[in-house]
Amino acid sequence: MPERVHEITLTVNGTVRRVAVPGRRLLSDCLRHDLGLTGTHVGCEHGVCGCCTVLLDGEPVRSCLTFAVTADGHEITTVEGLADGERMSPVQRAFAECHGLQCGFCTPGFLCTVTALLRENPAPTDEEVLEGISGNLCRCTGYQNIIKAVHRAAELTAEES
Amino acid sequence: MTTKLFGEPVQRREDPRLLTGRGRYLDDLGPDALAAAFVRSPHAHALIRDIDVSDALDVDGLVAIYTWEDLPDRLAEPLPLLIPHPALTHGRTAHPLARERVRHVGEPVVMVVARDRYLAEDACALIRVDYEVLKPVVGVEEAAQGARLVHDDVPGNVGAHLVQEAPAADGRDARELIEDAPHTLAFRLDVERSASMPLEGRGVYARWDADDSSLRVYSSTQTSTSVRMAVAAKLGLPLPKVEVIAPDVGGGFGVKIVHPWPEEVLVPWAAMLLGREVKWAEDRREHFISSAHERAQVQFVRVGFDDDGRLLGLEVTILHDHGAYTPYGIIVPIITSTQLPGPYKLGAYRVEFSSVYTNTVQVTPYRGAGRPQAVFCMERTMDRIAAHLGLDRTAVRAANFIQPDEFPYDQGLTFQDGRPLIYDSGDYPESLRMLKELIGWDAFPAEKERAAAEGRRIGIGVGCYVEGTGVGPYEGGHVQITSDGRVHVSTGLTSQGQGHETVFAQIAATELGVPLERVSVVTGDTRRFGYAVGTFASRAAVMSGNAIALACRKVREKALRIAADALEADPRDLEITDGMVHVAGSPGAAIPLATVAVLSNPLRYAFDAEAARATQFAGASSPDRPPVDEGEEPGLEGRDYYSPIRSTFASGMHAAIVETDPLTAEIRILRYAVVHDCGNLVNPMIVEGQIHGGVAQGVGGALYERMVYDGHGQLLNASFMDFLMPYATEVPKVETAHLQTPSPLNPLGIKGAGEAGVIPVSAVIASAVEDAEGIPITRMPLSPSELFDLRRAAS
Ligand code: FES
Ligand code: FES
Repeated sequence: MPERVHEITLTVNGTVRRVAVPGRRLLSDCLRHDLGLTGTHVGCEHGVCGCCTVLLDGEPVRSCLTFAVTADGHEITTVEGLADGERMSPVQRAFAECHGLQCGFCTPGFLCTVTALLRENPAPTDEEVLEGISGNLCRCTGYQNIIKAVHRAAELTAEES
Repeated sequence: MTTKLFGEPVQRREDPRLLTGRGRYLDDLGPDALAAAFVRSPHAHALIRDIDVSDALDVDGLVAIYTWEDLPDRLAEPLPLLIPHPALTHGRTAHPLARERVRHVGEPVVMVVARDRYLAEDACALIRVDYEVLKPVVGVEEAAQGARLVHDDVPGNVGAHLVQEAPAADGRDARELIEDAPHTLAFRLDVERSASMPLEGRGVYARWDADDSSLRVYSSTQTSTSVRMAVAAKLGLPLPKVEVIAPDVGGGFGVKIVHPWPEEVLVPWAAMLLGREVKWAEDRREHFISSAHERAQVQFVRVGFDDDGRLLGLEVTILHDHGAYTPYGIIVPIITSTQLPGPYKLGAYRVEFSSVYTNTVQVTPYRGAGRPQAVFCMERTMDRIAAHLGLDRTAVRAANFIQPDEFPYDQGLTFQDGRPLIYDSGDYPESLRMLKELIGWDAFPAEKERAAAEGRRIGIGVGCYVEGTGVGPYEGGHVQITSDGRVHVSTGLTSQGQGHETVFAQIAATELGVPLERVSVVTGDTRRFGYAVGTFASRAAVMSGNAIALACRKVREKALRIAADALEADPRDLEITDGMVHVAGSPGAAIPLATVAVLSNPLRYAFDAEAARATQFAGASSPDRPPVDEGEEPGLEGRDYYSPIRSTFASGMHAAIVETDPLTAEIRILRYAVVHDCGNLVNPMIVEGQIHGGVAQGVGGALYERMVYDGHGQLLNASFMDFLMPYATEVPKVETAHLQTPSPLNPLGIKGAGEAGVIPVSAVIASAVEDAEGIPITRMPLSPSELFDLRRAAS
């Protein structure tokens, strides 16, 4: 028997998108496979690694633990929506400058997390940075350059505002 | 020179795409592909009595279900054993889908193809496999007892047994020298299982082009060239009709060098059969129970030494758990046994290992590949000797170092590449001096005393290693300069985040004298380069880096020859700067490389401005010679291979200061220092990043990560919830210093750097905790509750 589908409306990176999804479809799969926004990654599908982090109404959430239907009517920002046109955001530029990524698989989750973190707290201390990224796994970098990148992003944001 | 880029901390060229969500990882491809999913064994050891698929047939969107019975000839055979070795007398590999018997939880039994992954998993859940459950063999010691067998035709569960002896200069062997030594010690060490655990799992996506009878396969692999050969052979296709591409890969760390995985042959086969695109992306539980693990070993050590702590003889007996199958041979225990000597002169050495089958996930290399266990063994031995004699731990190490004037140094063993284990270069005393300064070794006892006065327990530890890197047999590079002045570089080996696009571009730009922006690099795409070995064993920079440099030198030589003709100059007087060939010291007479590229091809349709401009230089060819002269080729391109006579040996030393909580036994790393020598650095920023990442994985292995199997062979912690990988809060800041002793073996003087960071960490942390606690540490990882128990037992 074919599955029942639900029509939902999401505002993704500022664009209104309508999509029909079964009730069990994860937001991560909806973004990646229904909307073609493959920048959001899936590392565990059980809420631990943080690769799938997106911003739901500005707040970081794990899209692998969110059903797409529950995001109906909400605003979502994914890694594809962080840059301002061709110019990367301060967080993205800081990651490049500080070598805060290697394979890049965890990176979209970190970028979304850090974007929200710096919005809340534009000049975090070392402790606050650690706390802020302590829900995201990276198997490549050992985090040192990610921590550096968060501070650098704070600096860039301050300089540019 | 503006184009000297070798050695600079150049920012990575792969980053803009990876930072903006434009990376292309395996599961980002093929949006319309059918999805494959697998029914995997829930039992560690069982016979398959029956497979009933009838309930699954009603699932909406189901396309096909396959079991072993459906597989054609070559596919129905066991998968290849990649690296045979005479000592591996009983190598065994799995069938792509289980045939009659399963030997570990997670072994694939049925493949389902459906419209999407949700539906494919629905069908999997409805397939009923009737198993006759057998008692499994779990744990290396149970395996070695041989009471029950993993494979009926492997007596005692022993897959391989190997002894290597390196006698002393006077011919006396290790056992004899240990007997006669003034001091001897004997003890046992244990290392548990961990795994590579890249954040992106494995994955395969295949497209069959029926019009062209050709197959294109994308795989999240560390070796696309070898996957291609395996797929062509298994599916009976002509090699030129199969192309394999490694797209962006979300980490590998060893596990993705194994090939072909069952899914790598099954998914393309289904795509051909169905005439549809098919994709499989591994989920995390599958990765835990169906890919590969590493590390687990038990080591029995006997050592003899003199009053200064100088080694007279060392004997190590290793029990190595290789899991249910041996697709990757016995590389891991071979590396453990041959890298164990580290930077030391051992006197005489005897090493023996038995590699045994268990009903658990197979064991194949994970970053470090047997070296972390080797270094744990050697460095624990050094600390024991120091404790026994009441000497400083670094003094005992220094007393045993190979000295800088003793290179090349022959350890008298046969290495993983089957070649003599001869160290090419290094400076171990200097490395230790730098490390002691960096961590403040000599001032530590006072610090420790101060801490003790405050009721705090701190300890310092040290660990040294030598790592064979850049193993052969070869890699190749291809370089083409096109008439728009762009430089296209390709090499067959793959990338999983090491920044190869950047470092290879740095090498090419430096060799050719062109701006970095003009160079593009493609790796791991068999359409561009068909012969390669793969990315493992810290070999990419050494092997492909040198191959690309050699290919560039060929192209450069040709460019200078053509430019010399055009400029009526002597090629020996020419230089290339910023993409312009000019007479040294006279910038006036110059010709862009773009123009040289046009001149290199006698067919000169004026498709672009450069070709039109080049006509001013045309017409030089002699009417008595063919337009493409003997020994010449049209175009400005070159290909070359680098094949070393043996590996090059990088080295390093780490030190850490830890604090242990007197009540809770929690272990905190206060400082972590690394001195690292990988010869000439191509990009210091990238090398440091590799070290940071390696140390973090090492910390995981030392304090957190283990695979918890119960007596039934169930992996109890097969999720990120329960398998504890370090977050940012668990990893110390790594302080690094570089020593550069160039390798004399290759043109660029480089050694590998990819694995180094992880290698000595367990040894260093054990050393530091032992110093803090005064209790011998003999097994890793070490959790607070285990330390707590050790304290109890000691008091
Ligand atoms: S994929 Fe969502 S937390 Fe790991
Ligand atoms: S960069 Fe590879 S997992 Fe973080």
